[in-house]
Amino acid sequence: MAMEPRGKAPHHLVVVGGGMVARRLVDALRARDGEGRWAVTLLCEERRAPYDRVALTSYFTGRDPEDLALGGQEIWDDPLVTIRRGVAATAIDRAARTVTTSDGRTLGYDSLVLATGSYAAVPPVPGHDLRGAFVYRTIDDVADLRSYVESLRGELDRPLRGAVVGGGLLGLEAAGALRALDVDATVVEFAPRLMPLQVDDGGGEALRRLIEGLGVSVRTGTATARLTDHLGRVARMHFADGPALDVDVVIFAVGVRPRDELARGAGLEVGERGGVVVDDACRTRDPAVWAIGEVACIGGRCLGLVSPGYAMAEVVADRLLGGEGTFPGADLSTKLKLLGVDVASFGDAFAQEPGALEVVVSDPVAGVYKKLVMSDDAKTLRGGILVGDASAYAALRPMVGRELGGDPVAHLLPEGATPAPTGDLPDDAAVCSCNNVSAGAIRCAVTEGGCTDLAGVKACTKAGTSCGSCLPLVKRLVTTELEKSGVAVSNALCEHFDLSRAQLFDVVRVQGLTSFSEIIAGHGRGRGCDICKPVIGSVLASLGTGHILDGERATLQDTNDHVMANLQKDGSYSVVPRIPGGEITPEGLLVIGQVAKDFGLYTKITGGQRIDLFGARIDQVPAIWKRLVDAGFESGHAYGKSLRTVKSCVGSTWCRFGVQDSVGLAIDLELRYRGLRSPHKLKLGVSGCARECAEARGKDVGVIATDNGWNLYVGGNGGFTPRHARLLAEDLDTETLVRTIDRFLMLYIRTADRLQRTAAWVEDYEGGLDAIRAVVLEDSLGIAGDLDAAMAAHVGSYEDEWAATLADPEKLRRFASFVNAPDEPDPSLAYVGERGQARPATPEEREGGAVLIAGTTLEVRP
Amino acid sequence: MTPPATTAPSSAAPVPTDLDPTDPDPTALGDTAGVWEEVCHLDDLPRERGAAALVDGVQVALFRTHDDTVHALQQYDPYCGAHVLSRGIVGTRGDVPTVASPMYKQVFDLRTGACLDPVGREPVHLATYPVVVRDGVVLVGREPRHGSGPS
Ligand SMILES: Cc1cc2nc3c(=O)[nH]c(=O)nc-3n(C[C@H](O)[C@H](O)[C@H](O)COP(=O)(O)OP(=O)(O)OC[C@H]3O[C@@H](n4cnc5c(N)ncnc54)[C@H](O)[C@@H]3O)c2cc1C
Ligand code: SF4
Ligand code: FES
Repeated sequence: MAMEPRGKAPHHLVVVGGGMVARRLVDALRARDGEGRWAVTLLCEERRAPYDRVALTSYFTGRDPEDLALGGQEIWDDPLVTIRRGVAATAIDRAARTVTTSDGRTLGYDSLVLATGSYAAVPPVPGHDLRGAFVYRTIDDVADLRSYVESLRGELDRPLRGAVVGGGLLGLEAAGALRALDVDATVVEFAPRLMPLQVDDGGGEALRRLIEGLGVSVRTGTATARLTDHLGRVARMHFADGPALDVDVVIFAVGVRPRDELARGAGLEVGERGGVVVDDACRTRDPAVWAIGEVACIGGRCLGLVSPGYAMAEVVADRLLGGEGTFPGADLSTKLKLLGVDVASFGDAFAQEPGALEVVVSDPVAGVYKKLVMSDDAKTLRGGILVGDASAYAALRPMVGRELGGDPVAHLLPEGATPAPTGDLPDDAAVCSCNNVSAGAIRCAVTEGGCTDLAGVKACTKAGTSCGSCLPLVKRLVTTELEKSGVAVSNALCEHFDLSRAQLFDVVRVQGLTSFSEIIAGHGRGRGCDICKPVIGSVLASLGTGHILDGERATLQDTNDHVMANLQKDGSYSVVPRIPGGEITPEGLLVIGQVAKDFGLYTKITGGQRIDLFGARIDQVPAIWKRLVDAGFESGHAYGKSLRTVKSCVGSTWCRFGVQDSVGLAIDLELRYRGLRSPHKLKLGVSGCARECAEARGKDVGVIATDNGWNLYVGGNGGFTPRHARLLAEDLDTETLVRTIDRFLMLYIRTADRLQRTAAWVEDYEGGLDAIRAVVLEDSLGIAGDLDAAMAAHVGSYEDEWAATLADPEKLRRFASFVNAPDEPDPSLAYVGERGQARPATPEEREGGAVLIAGTTLEVRP
Repeated sequence: MTPPATTAPSSAAPVPTDLDPTDPDPTALGDTAGVWEEVCHLDDLPRERGAAALVDGVQVALFRTHDDTVHALQQYDPYCGAHVLSRGIVGTRGDVPTVASPMYKQVFDLRTGACLDPVGREPVHLATYPVVVRDGVVLVGREPRHGSGPS
């Protein structure tokens, strides 16, 4: 928490432009300015707080605008930070030190930072302003593009065609967006190759082949001459030479221009090609005015990447607090995944320094082109280009300017062929260029900062929190450092097992173990505890080895699983019968209502579309279940780390908008996965169309109907850290969908940590979502058959736990309230009435004697 | 119903000396009915789990460990105010037999009632009850020993 400024009021900093770099400045300043010397006002022309522009294209893979938010939003609640959304600065009066804003106000400043970024350039070709021609810079741009394409698709009964003008980084991003919108894409580039600024001819050629392989047409060496229309909408593209192209939508991605208009108006110096001229402290000639990010012309040029902008933000934060920081120079290294193709370039990629040697590995068949630029003695790395497989990037980039050691070609072989040279990475090597974090800082976070895992190091150093390309290297550094400092990188479950949950799962599965005694004797020590016992109980249950209360297995269960009900705060339990897909007959509702009434239970509808009955004493639970089972209900597993519910909207059977039967699918899925024990609870959802009324993307597995089938999302959850599920696969038919979910769930069950929800598991999984997709859709590990068989075994062996328990007097003995007085209710339970139902009495109510109901004794029939 | 009192670690209450659970023949104490209560058969208690019992009208949690030793603690969980301790998971910490509260997972020594892991709260120790098993019958002493910290 920031301290209140003592004595005098804080200085006022006005930041113009709510982009990524502005956000970094506010973060850096508030993190360091503990005394509250500066109050900040941020003017954002866009209607939203700063967002992740770099990830803009992911808007098309189903992410909401909110998913693009940068970092925690608490910063806007900081009393020293004022954000004005949708308000632009219109003029600066440097003499008066004021800024005029678009809502007609005037703001005084002590310091002013221009972080206005760039706008997308539009070439002056005739027809550039027709309807259907777009640029690609802001959320509003991409939202307009999407709604245009969607409305056109409704009108035209044929595949849509699109073209992107510009074959650089942005153009390929835009082509990816068109593909995500299911529009045929042609990329038109004036230069003779794609990405002319980042890669050389060889790299460009490899990139072209890869991108054409993805169904995107490429025309290089082609100048766009004009666009012509049909009824005011763009319809055809004409070139300086060659045949014209029929198009429905055009995106201009030909570059950006700095938004330096405010500075020009205020008489500040601008560069030859635009941009606010600043020194290496990011200061203009006016000592009260600074410029950072894409709008700054530093060292004679503007830099169109986010990491140099972040470095500038850090410099200004430091300077505002009296520091002496200077801009360290731009690292224009980039690693991108464009249309799923890896492209990276770093250092002196074009071998422009004299005496450079180039080492090239090119495999046209595999679509890989890799080049290292070395010093003339082939020892020191100067730069490189990687196309098709950029896995070496994280390890190589920090080595620029250093001796590589060994044969340079060895570093270009596929991942795993050579050990990555991380151990001896010098402390000053920049590992995370986005956030300017050195290898030394990462090591220090472990040795001195007390960080014990990757998440801790990320939080503490910010390494890996932007583009994420450095994460493999950060992870290896952290692991090495932990091992060195003797903090054994322990996956041990608890004092009884040195194995992690995933390892234990494998051991139990491969050796076919079925009892706790066997497992702990062979692989652990002692008699277990409340950590390892439920894990083993869950592993045995996942492997389908019998009823959870059979023999010794009953000792492993947490009280919820042991009583097969949910423990509540007063020691009573709640009972939830399964209502698959949330569909229930009126007769079923009457049964539940009557049971609740007879046993005096409090009823509430859950978020999972079923009914929870509260206030059951342990000795009442079997009698309640007897009634429910007799009426055809079965366990809802609300108590288990297992499948909870498959929530659904009403879908195409009733809904005017529905395109598929979401209820039918939800019921099938719920009946398929019911009883499946897992590392944590599992929730699924199915929506009948893109309106998403079932909130399926807040679930571990979310299914959303499309015109052509189902889109599958994974890794969502609500709760403490809400996450939106991410797209795993699109337009699946029902059979493929179910098989894919089968494999996803089984892989999760086998490899996740104890109590790790799918969101965290996906993040932790080596290679992330892409690797999981490869396993479940392409069988990259060759285990798909095995996963399918495991799920088939689960489905085949399902039995209702409650029906089985009611049929076994031995199991029923566990529900006695007292071993020497089995029918005597717990005398301490006390309830009061509220809104027509019972609830536990508060301590005050007990003391005051206001208790109305002693125990839930309203039952009229046992 | 007032729960058995619990005490903080500082006030280690004197252990009643007239009750010796290791005494092979509690009837030797004379007043069996007054001091000990026959609760159940050993076979009524599942191994490595707890069960609740009423001893002199007071709720007591009985635990039978894997070596068939029976321990008795107060059933009242001071951390949540409910009578639930018998429903926790039985295990070990090092050589110490333990139970973890089913509510908020505090861990207690089954032998002494000492709180071994207060899960971020102040340690509160539990009262224990003397237990003997004679001819397969479990007898629990009516007089609790007040809890004290790990020695
Ligand atoms: C699709 C796409 C992909 C990209 N991919 C990458 C990548 O992979 N790696 C990489 O390093 N970079 C990438 N970039 C570039 C990166 O996004 C920019 O370098 C970065 O966003 C620049 O940040 P900034 O804060 O300087 O400017 P911006 O993010 O442009 O923010 C400037 C903000 O200021 C606002 N503004 C302007 N004038 C005013 C005014 N007068 N008053 C108030 N507000 C004003 C603008 O509306 C804008 O919101 C990509 C860009 C795009 C569009
Ligand atoms: S998601 Fe679609 S189908 Fe389902 S209820 Fe909403 S609008 Fe109807
Ligand atoms: S290099 Fe981008 S997050 Fe580290």
